[in-house]
Amino acid sequence: MKLLSAFIAGLVFGLGLILSGMADPSKVIAFLDLAGPWDPSLAFVMGGAIAVGSVGFYFASKRSRAVLGDVMRMPTATRIDRPLVLGSLAFGAGWGLAGYCPGPAVATLLSGRSEPLIFVLAMLAGMALYEMQTRFSGKPQ
Amino acid sequence: MTIDWVHFTPWSSLAGGALIGLAATLFILLSGRIAGISGVIGGLLRPAKGDVLWRVAFIAGLVIAPVLFQAAFEQPDIDVEASTLTLIAAGVLVGIGTRYGSGCTSGHGVCGLSRRSPRSLVATAVFMASGFLTVFVIRHLLG
Repeated sequence: MKLLSAFIAGLVFGLGLILSGMADPSKVIAFLDLAGPWDPSLAFVMGGAIAVGSVGFYFASKRSRAVLGDVMRMPTATRIDRPLVLGSLAFGAGWGLAGYCPGPAVATLLSGRSEPLIFVLAMLAGMALYEMQTRFSGKPQ
Repeated sequence: MTIDWVHFTPWSSLAGGALIGLAATLFILLSGRIAGISGVIGGLLRPAKGDVLWRVAFIAGLVIAPVLFQAAFEQPDIDVEASTLTLIAAGVLVGIGTRYGSGCTSGHGVCGLSRRSPRSLVATAVFMASGFLTVFVIRHLLG
């Protein structure tokens, strides 16, 4: 059941990405390009997602356990620190460079195109660098 | 600012967004987990017992979604302008950035803002601003 829940969440997430148009990097860039002919669609994706998600997280915040029995793994970090800001700066730059964030790139891996594959491999390399750096410095994350 | 009315898709984007919100809702309520894609994937590089299969199942659903969508409806438009070198640079930046920043558009943007997390609000504001600035530099200053 727990695996099925994860699979369905991924599936619905992916269907949402495709329907919303966000699996298309040129549409993402058209949102990020304020000075060009601007496509506000991404704001509507965020609006729709947060409207529905707010209801879900409201009910989730009232529970100590998930429906399938696991503990609620609600994030506990609250500090607005340097890694959060610098990491988000780097992420935004990469996002603007190609128009890919992790979800759309992974979701289109089977599209037969080479771009998502190249992007995801590079992203995994970036994540591996982070793992190596945090392990080397001995900082628990 | 001029709006690109031809490509603007308010309804399908709103509906797709609602599905993404539904996915995040299902996952937190059923499994107690945050549907943040960079976190789900990043955790695979730090494998722990009992912490791998659910990640694989989530990613499998995500990867199969477009195949189902295409079978039921139509092939979605995908248009990538970035060169291979740009894709590699972008991927590395996104990989490092989302792990240091503890999340991406889904973890901070959707889940974090849905639970009104100030940390996620800052992260979302920063990566949005950084994305706007990057595209401006590439398209209008260099391009």
